[in-house]
Amino acid sequence: MTTTLRAHIEAAAFWAPTLPGWDVARAAFRGEAPPLAAPAPRPASALLPAAERRRAPDTVALALAVADDAVRRSGRAAADLLSVFTSCHGDLAITDAICTTLIDHPLLVSPTRFHNSVHNAASGYWGIATGCREASTAVTAFEQSFAAGLLEALTQCACEARAVLLVGCDIAACGALASTTASRGSLAVALVLAPERSARTLATLDAGLRPGRASPLPLQSEAALPLATNAMADALPLFEALARERTEPLALPLSARLALSVTLGAFV
Amino acid sequence: MPSKKIDPVAVTAWTATSAVGVGRAAMLEALVRSRSGLRRNDFTHQPLPTWIGRVAGLEEAPLPPSLAAWDCRNHRLAWRGLNADGFLDAVAVARERHGAARIALVLGTSTSSIGATEEAYRRLDAEGRFPPEMRLPRVHTPHSLSAFVQEALALDGPCLTISTACSSSAKAFAAAQRLMRLGLVDAAVVGGTDTLCGSVLFGFNALHLVSPEACRPFDVARAGINLGEAAGFALLERAGSGLMLTGYGEASDAYHMSTPDPQGIGAERALDDALARAGIEARAVDHINLHGTASAKNDEAEALLVARRFEAHTHAASTKGLTGHTLGAAGIVEAVFSLLALETGWMPGNVGSARLDPVCGPQIRLDAARADVRCVVSHSFGFGGTNCVLVFQR
Repeated sequence: MTTTLRAHIEAAAFWAPTLPGWDVARAAFRGEAPPLAAPAPRPASALLPAAERRRAPDTVALALAVADDAVRRSGRAAADLLSVFTSCHGDLAITDAICTTLIDHPLLVSPTRFHNSVHNAASGYWGIATGCREASTAVTAFEQSFAAGLLEALTQCACEARAVLLVGCDIAACGALASTTASRGSLAVALVLAPERSARTLATLDAGLRPGRASPLPLQSEAALPLATNAMADALPLFEALARERTEPLALPLSARLALSVTLGAFV
Repeated sequence: MPSKKIDPVAVTAWTATSAVGVGRAAMLEALVRSRSGLRRNDFTHQPLPTWIGRVAGLEEAPLPPSLAAWDCRNHRLAWRGLNADGFLDAVAVARERHGAARIALVLGTSTSSIGATEEAYRRLDAEGRFPPEMRLPRVHTPHSLSAFVQEALALDGPCLTISTACSSSAKAFAAAQRLMRLGLVDAAVVGGTDTLCGSVLFGFNALHLVSPEACRPFDVARAGINLGEAAGFALLERAGSGLMLTGYGEASDAYHMSTPDPQGIGAERALDDALARAGIEARAVDHINLHGTASAKNDEAEALLVARRFEAHTHAASTKGLTGHTLGAAGIVEAVFSLLALETGWMPGNVGSARLDPVCGPQIRLDAARADVRCVVSHSFGFGGTNCVLVFQR
């Protein structure tokens, strides 16, 4: 039995230091405009109160910024959406800070840092900031975290017949972790996926499981290449295809022996 | 908008290993005798006056050579858990029946193998890098547990880690049911593992949530939580009768990162959602395995929820006094206690507690009891305001 999962993309959001926003990224992926020459500062989500905005971990600030942008673009109410937050590593800066403190001063572990260390921190702050009490989850699948998060979002969209917000975010390894963990730079992406086609639809997405070995997809644009060292880079082929309105199937690896075949179409 | 009833899935193999022992027999014996597995903290490098649910002997139990590249405390515990109750054999039979690509693996963990990362930080080289033998990118990341179990079980279907703090391995059941419902897979291995580590012991200590004594869920004088460690797994298949997962519900508090909503609104939404998917009313519930961490605020909000939603005949208790709070593994450990109640009729008491908080209704019991148990609900709540409720029936 082969199941096709269909969803309708209602909004996309994107943030990387030299591609800070979907409009900039889309133009760059289409070869119509270059990335920024100098990196943009960390985005500040207006969703958080001023004090929290400054203190928020990078992963939370980036995830909330793209989540907020995608939901605004979709025209939907944040409080109505199911949400899936995916990240390969979670907040590597917090992991480094807590592990460093534990070496000699375990009694000085910061309580705020500790509760921000949970993999679902961005999911929790999203609910607090928007008042959304719908189901929200936080997942990881190593360097296939975008594809695995997309599969989880598509299954929720299909099973519940509800619109789903998908957010992916990873940051650079720092401190001693950088000797082992390969993620570099910052990358955050978001999609709003709906079960029905509507006036909001930007494109239609069909997906299915494809057993067998899948190699990582080559990137199509110069602008995407510098982002390939981020642990969320498996999102890039899909966002390039969305920008370039490509309808060729994309095989996003889910593991060494399984891929998520994704086809975009019916671009508006 | 209420959720629609779902098709039940059969739980065809299931097991858990925790401080009370290895496998279901040890879990049942602890439940029936109210035998706690908690002990004074002897785990942390620096003293921390609390009690813990520690699994004995993991230090002397390395992984088999074929899996040695994954060695760390969390994977040792996962491996011990997989070897209990014939679980490896049951998965092998399922792999033959369905094909490796048609079995999903969805595991929950809160901290995965971060204990190994902490150890690498204690052993940095002169340049401040991990020692060469510990530079294992697939170990020092939260998906590590699922990647290890995927290799150990030789499964080729979708493989996902859910990491939503203390609801993680409960939510694994929900994600797996959806993959099965859509026909993407024919079966799923769910579960989770979390092990004791400095991050959680000193992190919860920093939040003033750890108890200096053995924890006392729902006791009027409860003083906080005891951390524990556990591994548990279940095999879900479509066909079959007997023990079934009939409902799941997920919702968010939208209240605070580390404090539950005092009204329990998110938890109640998850409960309503789970009951609607199971197609039952609260009065049909014989037993609730409560989240019951023994923190002041969780237990108060949860007791109020139980008192307002359930009838007096429902027997409710937390098993944290047996195992400690096993964080991301709590969902699967308590699913196994729930399945044991369905199978044997034995329902746990609130071990460690002597005098229940007056906010508790008649549902919350001090002592274990035996009855004809047909429907059990399990609560799992966590940091970030995440809530998951499961319904099991026979």
